[in-house]
Amino acid sequence: MRPPFLAATVVFLAASAATAETPVLTVLTYDSFVSEWGPGPAVEKAFEETCGCDLRFVAAGDGAALLSRLKLEGAASEADVVLGLDTNLVAEATATGLFAPHGQPAAAALPVAWDDPLFLPYDWGWFAFVYDKTRLTAPPASFEALAASDVKIVIQDPRSSTPGLGLLMWVKAAYGDRAPEIWKGLADNIVTVTPGWSESYGLFLQGEADMVLSYTTSPAYHRIAEKDDSKDWAPFSEGHSLQVEVSGVLAASDQPDLARAFVAFTQTPGFQSVIPETNWMYPASETALPEGFETARPEKSLLMTADEARAARDGALAEWQAALAQ
Amino acid sequence: MVAAPLGAVAWSAGGLRLSPADLAALRFTLTQAVLSALVSVLLAVPVARALARRRFPGRGVLITLMGAPFLLPVIVAVLGLVAVFGRAGWLNGALALAGLPRVDVYGLQGVVLAHVFLNLPLATRMILQGWQAIPAERFRLAESLSFGPAQMARYLERPMLAEVVPGALATVFAVCLTSFAVALVLGGGPGATTLELAIYQAVRFEFDLGHAAGLALVQTALGGAAALAAWRMARAAGFGAGLQMAPALRGPAGWRRAADALAIALAAGFLLLPLGALLIRGLPGLLQLPDMVWLAAARSIAVALLSTAVTITAALILALAVARGGPRWLDLAAALPLATSGLVLGTGLFLIVQPVMAPTRLALPVTILVNALLALPFVFRLLLPEARALEAGYGRLAGSLGLSGAARLRLLTLPRLARPIGFAAGLAAALSMGDLGVIALFAAEQGATLPLVVQRLMGAYRTDAAAGASLLLVGLSFALFWAFDAGGRRAAA
Repeated sequence: MRPPFLAATVVFLAASAATAETPVLTVLTYDSFVSEWGPGPAVEKAFEETCGCDLRFVAAGDGAALLSRLKLEGAASEADVVLGLDTNLVAEATATGLFAPHGQPAAAALPVAWDDPLFLPYDWGWFAFVYDKTRLTAPPASFEALAASDVKIVIQDPRSSTPGLGLLMWVKAAYGDRAPEIWKGLADNIVTVTPGWSESYGLFLQGEADMVLSYTTSPAYHRIAEKDDSKDWAPFSEGHSLQVEVSGVLAASDQPDLARAFVAFTQTPGFQSVIPETNWMYPASETALPEGFETARPEKSLLMTADEARAARDGALAEWQAALAQ
Repeated sequence: MVAAPLGAVAWSAGGLRLSPADLAALRFTLTQAVLSALVSVLLAVPVARALARRRFPGRGVLITLMGAPFLLPVIVAVLGLVAVFGRAGWLNGALALAGLPRVDVYGLQGVVLAHVFLNLPLATRMILQGWQAIPAERFRLAESLSFGPAQMARYLERPMLAEVVPGALATVFAVCLTSFAVALVLGGGPGATTLELAIYQAVRFEFDLGHAAGLALVQTALGGAAALAAWRMARAAGFGAGLQMAPALRGPAGWRRAADALAIALAAGFLLLPLGALLIRGLPGLLQLPDMVWLAAARSIAVALLSTAVTITAALILALAVARGGPRWLDLAAALPLATSGLVLGTGLFLIVQPVMAPTRLALPVTILVNALLALPFVFRLLLPEARALEAGYGRLAGSLGLSGAARLRLLTLPRLARPIGFAAGLAAALSMGDLGVIALFAAEQGATLPLVVQRLMGAYRTDAAAGASLLLVGLSFALFWAFDAGGRRAAA
């Protein structure tokens, strides 16, 4: 028994020595990215084929949780790349001073011009209210029409959810100083406010509300994955706010070249082609969309710059709280 | 254990100040917690009495099943409640058929409804244990003295309730203090902001850890104050020891029989209908669960068993120490984790662990530890009265026989406490199964527990699979609970 055992040990030791030489790239991202149904597994496979490295994901809640995690860890973070911040968090993230330039040209397929030396978009989508065509035949066509109607909606809390924050900034971008008035008008339409996207989407599917705050790409999931064409999104005449999701290289990374290579890789087909049907968002570079992914686009896109968003955020939240807290 | 993470958060940015919004959150938190505690315990008393003095087929199963809501992950429980009481729920469907106006579940009433749903089982079990702890000899004596229901209430039931009810009130109050998802989903809007949500805002929105720690301290202090008040108010009933014969409690006849039947039927309907809704929603998804769900389930069971072992050991040591007249602060220390903010606890542990090693490597050990810590107050509360009664009844005898150490544990403590230990272990295991709290902060790509997988499924549009996985989670929690509870009862019999 001894010789085979010894041989096995030698082989094992040699194998672990080989792994020890393989550089490890750690990517900090949000929870749904790494799940079996998210882009994580396919992205990991595609990148490891070319990089000669071991790609590891670390998940931390959602976009806002990522940023607070980074602030907790500071320069001691084991992460090399952060993937999943959105444009409402970019100014805050820049201010931490933890990020280094990525050195890539701006992403090609965004509906608005967006260029940032520290953060590179990898996907994007429009916020929209999604409804069930069999339950609601004439959806409202603007926030004002929604407020005047008796259509019931579920939304997310901006304090605990990134789409919730997106809606807050959407109303602010569309109405500016009139935002409190719009929120007061919406108060009787809101069935409830949930801590995250998944709870409100679940309530909507259970029939608790006529519309839910989600993305224009949500109906595509039902159409493609469930062969169910009953969901659609309501075009609003004010225009639709964009969510742009970005990645960035951490300055304290011990694998800076690999980290930059990964951020560059987010623009290539190996990454971009899995985005539509796993993250259910639009890819950030020119990529063919799967059939049935898109039926229409909003006519107008709204996006505050990172600095505008940061400046408007706290005031908008206070207005929201005051208008909705009876 | 509680103080260190809180301290770590406070240390990283000191200072305590409460804004008007915080005060509003404090007010709402107190209102809903007080209402929830009062309603839960008031309703639990008649249900527990009916269950204590009536015998009917299926009683044991009903008592076990009625405990299930307490074991549900909060968001799963909320979706079950909404299926019954929501705008498109069964209740409103029935009301519409009968031509009656709809009821609106979203608002303070919905928050209290959900908290009663989650905590009525716990309160009922605590009070029912009180009834069962009255030695059978007392009931026989009462019967031979021809006590009517009024005398029975005066000499046996009220002294027992005076001992048990304050603890039950304080426990439910403290559980509701940290309410987050329930208050938010059913509260209907930012008017229903609780302290825990204000803590979220401070950590995630303002990145103001000092503010978060201040709010967490207020929350923990409130829980501690409730525990202290309960301890001052509760008086020992002093029934003495019995031979642990089968209780000879015979229920009064007449209208009281109908009232008991009504109490049991209403409680069973209220608690079991939402569970039925979860069953109906979850069954189709159960058949198509991906493999990783089963892996996560196995991981969750391992975490639950380990944290149960830790909790029971710690709670037994604490309860025996307090029962033997140990320092009273132990009592308070065991109650503190109840009202501790999960987010702050996790953040604090993260700050402690991170300089030493990568937090993701410690995800499961930390989860085991935190789950054990969070279950400790319940387990301690359940064991303490029994440990006291044991000490009062047998302490001197054991002392005069020189029974101590392992022999005392084996011959006296474990056999006599088997029933509460079994129940408490079941509760701890199930609570640990359902808890999401800290793992989300630490989890890596692999190593997700079942509640985290449910959340990931819901976040990836997989609503059916999520419902199936939730059902699996409920089933497993319940099976663990049942196995420990039944094991304890068998060992006691």
